[in-house]
Amino acid sequence: MRKMTRALMGMSSALVLSTAIPGMAKADELTLCWAAWDPANALVELSKDFTAATGTTMKFEFVPWPNFADRILNELNSGGKLCDLLIGDSQWIGGSAENGYYVKLNDFFDKEGIKMSDFAEAAVNAYSTWPKGTPNYWALPAMGDANGWFYRKDWFAKPELQAEFKEKYGRDLGPPQTWDELKQVAEFFTGREIDGQKVYGAAIFTERASEGITMGATSALYPYGFKYEQTGGKYDMDGAVNSADAVAGLEAYKSLYKCCQPPGYTDSYMGEGLDAFKSGQVAMAMNWFAFFPGLYKDEKVGGDKIGFFVNPKQKVAASTLGGQGMSVVANTDNMDGALAYIKWFAQPDVQKKWWALGGYAVHNAVLNDPSFKASQPFAADFLVAMNQVQDFWQEPSYAILLQAMQKRLHDYVVADQGTAQEALDSLVSDWKEIFEDEGKL
Amino acid sequence: MLAHATPTTIAVRVRGLSDRAIAWLFITPTIALLLAINIFPLIWAVYLSFTNFRANRPNAEVDGVGLRNYQRVLNDPDIWIAMQTTAHFVFWTILLQTVIGFALAYLIDRKFRGHAFWTTVILIPMMLSPAVVGNFWRFLYQPQIGLFNYIVSFFTGIPPSSFEMLGSVTLAPWAIIIVDTWMWTPYVMLICLAGLRSIPDYIYEAAEVDRASAWRQFWSITVPMALPFIMLAVLFRGIENFKMFDMVMLLTGGGPGSTTEVASITLKREAFESWLTGRSSAFAIILFVAVFGLANIYVKALNKVKQR
Repeated sequence: MRKMTRALMGMSSALVLSTAIPGMAKADELTLCWAAWDPANALVELSKDFTAATGTTMKFEFVPWPNFADRILNELNSGGKLCDLLIGDSQWIGGSAENGYYVKLNDFFDKEGIKMSDFAEAAVNAYSTWPKGTPNYWALPAMGDANGWFYRKDWFAKPELQAEFKEKYGRDLGPPQTWDELKQVAEFFTGREIDGQKVYGAAIFTERASEGITMGATSALYPYGFKYEQTGGKYDMDGAVNSADAVAGLEAYKSLYKCCQPPGYTDSYMGEGLDAFKSGQVAMAMNWFAFFPGLYKDEKVGGDKIGFFVNPKQKVAASTLGGQGMSVVANTDNMDGALAYIKWFAQPDVQKKWWALGGYAVHNAVLNDPSFKASQPFAADFLVAMNQVQDFWQEPSYAILLQAMQKRLHDYVVADQGTAQEALDSLVSDWKEIFEDEGKL
Repeated sequence: MLAHATPTTIAVRVRGLSDRAIAWLFITPTIALLLAINIFPLIWAVYLSFTNFRANRPNAEVDGVGLRNYQRVLNDPDIWIAMQTTAHFVFWTILLQTVIGFALAYLIDRKFRGHAFWTTVILIPMMLSPAVVGNFWRFLYQPQIGLFNYIVSFFTGIPPSSFEMLGSVTLAPWAIIIVDTWMWTPYVMLICLAGLRSIPDYIYEAAEVDRASAWRQFWSITVPMALPFIMLAVLFRGIENFKMFDMVMLLTGGGPGSTTEVASITLKREAFESWLTGRSSAFAIILFVAVFGLANIYVKALNKVKQR
């Protein structure tokens, strides 16, 4: 038995060593984790310059959006060593900072002369800081993004449709300026036959499982006056989350869903919206600015056939925030390499190339360049959107807060249960319970 | 008798190991795996169910909360709605699968020309992966290009894009029931077929001699003698469908709204999206006890039927 015990111990030691050695041997390699989408491909291209400059091999772990949060948060929660660098969602900042998953970058920024004032203020606040409003930086703004709109410019330009629309609504058929106008335009196109195909007004977000319907509906809620709190940091949600304005915003979103969404789009998010537009089913669609370069290049619906517009206002101008910051994972075995990448990425020249390749740089050297607005057909709208963004809770408990909102919104908008007032009242009740458990109420 | 004939020399020590030691040597890895994979997580889940632990905050202090998690789960109306939804699925899928499965088994048992071929064809859905089936039916149900709506339209005259199987509150539960029935009826059929083939021919021959009608033979011989097998199929499908997850997740994700949110999906959301690990552990334990209890009661009934 002793011999057997020794043999077993020997085998298990060999197993442990065999898994440890590869990690040690990859000291000159960095793994960056992000979502799998167009900007990620641009980052691969951009990072070739980093490899050329430093000799560091870049590896990328890109996770499809529907699994991105599950996969990466599991990785962080389990103390995994997959990612040295992570471009994570803005909502994760609070939890990742409090749980020690991200490295606090203040000292590093000071040492290397990286100034947060070089980046757009809204982006720094959304992608880098925790607690909000404090100069504690946990990420470098990497990918500015907001929810915007695109439309079939060629359809809008048809003289017969222009004439019919003008007669009906007394104004030119063009990108809508308000949510009321958006609804009118969407209704105008719905059920019409264009190019031999029955078309619909708008593809909007209705996805239930992750964050889709919340990101979509807040694009209506914010412009109507929805707020998370009456007073910042007080969690006094009554009268803000369920205000009359918020109710009107949610009703507007549902009415757009009911009147003008193509059949079968009851659980749709980024991919489905893009499919609806690319297949010529819809006149307008909402989606993240990140997809706009790819859409513009699309042979079938891009180029002179596509136009872009910022999220319409109603009472106020507002857009739903997307985008991410780049963080160093605290558990990395390659801290120096990861920080070197951040330092390299923060350079104005690299940021300019990032924008040129299809990434959304938020460095002032890019945004304030006189040629920026004309650099892409959507660049001017991007600037407007980034100056009016609002974000979901960035609390450590954001996940459960988000799930509650997903449920209440989907129950009301898609499943036709209850009224908008009841949905938002229930949401306030859910969120109060969560904050009570957190000891914040 | 063979055991008695085993040479006694085997029972003595061979290279310092007794038979008992060799037996333990072989069994120990299995027991260790069982403890590690089944028993330890169960005990750990019971422990977590009495705490406020959250898996996304491993560094936070873990406090005991007594029965609060159980109290919250049992008082949560959304969880009771999920349980009702689960019961609805279990009832209808079992009913349809049992009736159709038994009918198919009865037909196949007639041994008509080509019955072996048709048996294989009927078994195909069961052999597919739920992921494939889920995606396949998502396309079939698509209101604009899906074949299902066109078939319904062909027979009823209702325009294909005028209804959505997966997006409608009333139709979505039935869309899932249809797919589950399509996929798992062959499984019930196989078990029922085994039951029908186990009935000795001489019983039917005796009934023929007594001039019993085909209907009488069916009700007095076929059904009672196949009943333990049918009940076994119901037990297996009942346990499986109580845990139904993949099919619902792929087809509707629990939607529209929460219309098709069965208990396993609620559990997944609580555990891996809201990260309420303690509370979801309590919910998992409640589900486990419910399935275990109901299955035990059912097995007792099954044994009584078998003993008749």
